Amino acid sequence: MIGLSHYLIVSALLFSIGLIGVLRRRNLLMLFFATEVMLNAVNIAFAAISHFYNDLTGQMFAFFVIAIAASEVAVGLGILIVLYKKHGSLDLDDLATMKG
Amino acid sequence: MLMKTSKKRRWRIKEETVMENFLASLFTFQGFAFYLFSFLTIILFWITVMSNNVLYAMTSLASGMVLISGFFFILGADFLGVVQLIVYVGAIMALYSFAMMFFDATREIKEKNTNGAVVFVLGGLSALMLVLMFAAPIHSESIQALYPMHEGVGNAQDVGIVLFTKYLVPFEVAALMLLVAMIAGIILAGKKMDQSLTEIMDEDAGEDEILTQKDEK
Repeated sequence: MIGLSHYLIVSALLFSIGLIGVLRRRNLLMLFFATEVMLNAVNIAFAAISHFYNDLTGQMFAFFVIAIAASEVAVGLGILIVLYKKHGSLDLDDLATMKG
Repeated sequence: MLMKTSKKRRWRIKEETVMENFLASLFTFQGFAFYLFSFLTIILFWITVMSNNVLYAMTSLASGMVLISGFFFILGADFLGVVQLIVYVGAIMALYSFAMMFFDATREIKEKNTNGAVVFVLGGLSALMLVLMFAAPIHSESIQALYPMHEGVGNAQDVGIVLFTKYLVPFEVAALMLLVAMIAGIILAGKKMDQSLTEIMDEDAGEDEILTQKDEK
């Protein structure tokens, strides 16, 4: 049967995919996508633990994670649009202005 | 020599039982759905992370999120699955696709990538460390349900009762946070909404004009 460890392994795999994306990407929009992948992976782990321990706390935290993700996207996309207006690109290497 | 063969045989027997378990779980509804969803989400999120085209990445991210809501439905978290569909797929991905109007979406993204092997090793190792950190307390048997689910009560009712009694203050704080985020998004993105961005980009002076206007304000 499918147990808790199955879900946690899938969640860990998805989380490491997101982490690889965060480390690899230079474009800010793609970095946001990778962050969403990581948040979703954590939500799977929360829901699985909530199911297998028969406890609602995991689901509650998953709700708050979703709310935080929504507000993060709203503010982050606003900042991305302002940055794009200012610099004409979203590449992190172009945006680096604090060169010593 | 004898030890070696017995070890090998034991290993083979273990492998066979693992295989049998896998096959047996594959033919139950939950197991089949689990393996299908996990296979598809891993592939889709891999495309999201590796693709050079924004539209491909966004589409695969959206479909991966739909499949993740499938995970929630299998796990009996019906309300969470519906929220995932509405908020993530409905709202967040729609926001991304609206934001796509501001950026040149059809262009291939050229990134100067850091060394791939380094990234894979670093990502894998830190993910393994995180998993060990978070899995260690789960292994203890002394975990007790803080807010247990009730038999015969729907998931939405259960969630509603716990959310509006035990988690009322965090819920209100989250609502306030969403309000602040909404105002911030409007103010950040809404400025100069009446001017076409691409036209501004064509003129060389246009970019500076925006900046000076902003400073004057």
